[in-house]
Amino acid sequence: MIHSTSTLARIGRGTGVAILVIAAMVALGPLLWTVTTSLRTPAEAFTNPPQWFSLHPDFSNYGAVFDRIPIGRFFVNSVVVTGLIVVGQTITCTLSGYAFAMVSFPGRSVIFGIFLATMMVPLQTIIIPVFVIVRYLGLSDSPLSLVVSALGSAFGTFLMRQYFLQMPRELGEAARIDGAGHFQTFLMIYAKMAGPAIATLAILNFSGFWAEFYRPLIFLQSQDSFTLPLGLVGLQGNLGTGSISVVLAGVVLAILPSVVLFVFAQRYFIAGITAGASR
Amino acid sequence: MTAVTAEVRRTAVKPRSHPSSHGETRFGFAMIGLSVLFVAVFTAIPIVASLGLSFFSWDVISSPEFVGLENYRRLFTDGPVLKSFGVTLGMALAIVVLQLTVGLGLAVLVNQRRLIWVRTVFRTAFYLPLLASTAAVSIFMGYLFDYKFGVVNYYLGLLGIPNVPWLTNGFAAASTIVLIAVWQQAGFTFVLFVAALMSVPTDVLEASQIDGAGPLRTLLRIKIPLISPTILFAAVVALINAMQLFDQPYIMTKGGPGSATTTVTIAMYQKGFQNLQFGYGSAIAIVLLAAILVITGLQFLAARKLVFYQ
Repeated sequence: MIHSTSTLARIGRGTGVAILVIAAMVALGPLLWTVTTSLRTPAEAFTNPPQWFSLHPDFSNYGAVFDRIPIGRFFVNSVVVTGLIVVGQTITCTLSGYAFAMVSFPGRSVIFGIFLATMMVPLQTIIIPVFVIVRYLGLSDSPLSLVVSALGSAFGTFLMRQYFLQMPRELGEAARIDGAGHFQTFLMIYAKMAGPAIATLAILNFSGFWAEFYRPLIFLQSQDSFTLPLGLVGLQGNLGTGSISVVLAGVVLAILPSVVLFVFAQRYFIAGITAGASR
Repeated sequence: MTAVTAEVRRTAVKPRSHPSSHGETRFGFAMIGLSVLFVAVFTAIPIVASLGLSFFSWDVISSPEFVGLENYRRLFTDGPVLKSFGVTLGMALAIVVLQLTVGLGLAVLVNQRRLIWVRTVFRTAFYLPLLASTAAVSIFMGYLFDYKFGVVNYYLGLLGIPNVPWLTNGFAAASTIVLIAVWQQAGFTFVLFVAALMSVPTDVLEASQIDGAGPLRTLLRIKIPLISPTILFAAVVALINAMQLFDQPYIMTKGGPGSATTTVTIAMYQKGFQNLQFGYGSAIAIVLLAAILVITGLQFLAARKLVFYQ
């Protein structure tokens, strides 16, 4: 192979690198433009050529976005909603995933089969009844409506079950002989080993619900209840093209937490994507 | 819910014919309790309710009225809603094909790089768009593709190309939204394919090299067949997502110009939540669900011939 490095092969490899570099520029360009434009004064923001590097960054837009809309409030709403769903699903899915994998009880496979069947049904096709139920529970227009209707997850249960299935049963049996109860065995032995799966589920939920637009749009009416994506779209709609740098400052603030988390937990983001593929 | 609880009750009283102890049974039910409750109330019941509601006329305020198949009869004679199915299908197919092609192409190229840090740099670059919400992406892409002031038209102008109505012409708007969706989602298929390509055994690749197969032949005859289960999975997931396309057209074009980017989910949102026709909206939802299930079924059928399982 190495000996046959012809001119043709070298050209082929060069083209490959060139395509990758161009693709990376296409992938990153819009994000870079968003950041640098958020650092231009509102008057210059929509003037071309665009500025790809901020020589004189102007941070006033980041202050302005707080004056124009209650972005602090949106931020708190998003943090609370996303945080509660992440914690809630970690609990419900770890418990049920363990039971479906390790505990034998009558009806187990039937109930798990129903869970798998619901996984096939996209949220948008059942949103009307979900909205009716949320309203019936007195949660309409409350950020809590987003939390309560997302506390259970068939996919999360499936993900945790797959992980627990790989764990050795002998550990639990040994603990049981030593006199540990069912729940104690789960908590002290198996839950402690489930860290990677829990992290994957948590990251998956964070990225999904932090970015969510559809349910907030339908469930929430008053601005005080808005989460970040919904609030930013409202801001964009209310402002003319004169202050796009302010809107983009808000966009950057909304993306920042995901980027920070990605830096520290990259492999769980990747694991979250490949997790479903093992189905 | 009724189905689930009935199931739980029926199986709970069934005489124990297997070794699980009484305590273990109680423990099992306690552990799945929360999940069963939430999945039942917010997924299982809504599936049944969505189907049920589609036979009613209901404006939320007055009480629902049974209308039989009227909503479905109306749907199949409702030009704009039927068109939204066509729009969705066209855009979804374009998104899936491009997303798979771009993701696979980039994955193959990155996989050929030997240096780990080079791979990491490109992997991060292609993943970053996924970190932004579709709302954020729709906002900045809306500015970039602006007809008058947008950066894209500015650079095209430098090349002497007149301004393109990216979001203000029907066909162009649908195409632009497809491209923006692919821009963001290609990272998803890319990550899947990189992982799959890494798991192709090296001895198989070496064997094909010894047999004199070139890089292209190895790719088409060895690598792609070996990762075909992942390609099927990516195609299924991407299509289910694309059939629900909502955020980008809703934010960037409000389904327009005209109804050029009015997807099924936007039509359903308009009928259901803006006109408060919950019955009709549910009928649209059920037909969308049926369409998704049929297409997914077709994908698995096609996969029987095309996918290679080891």
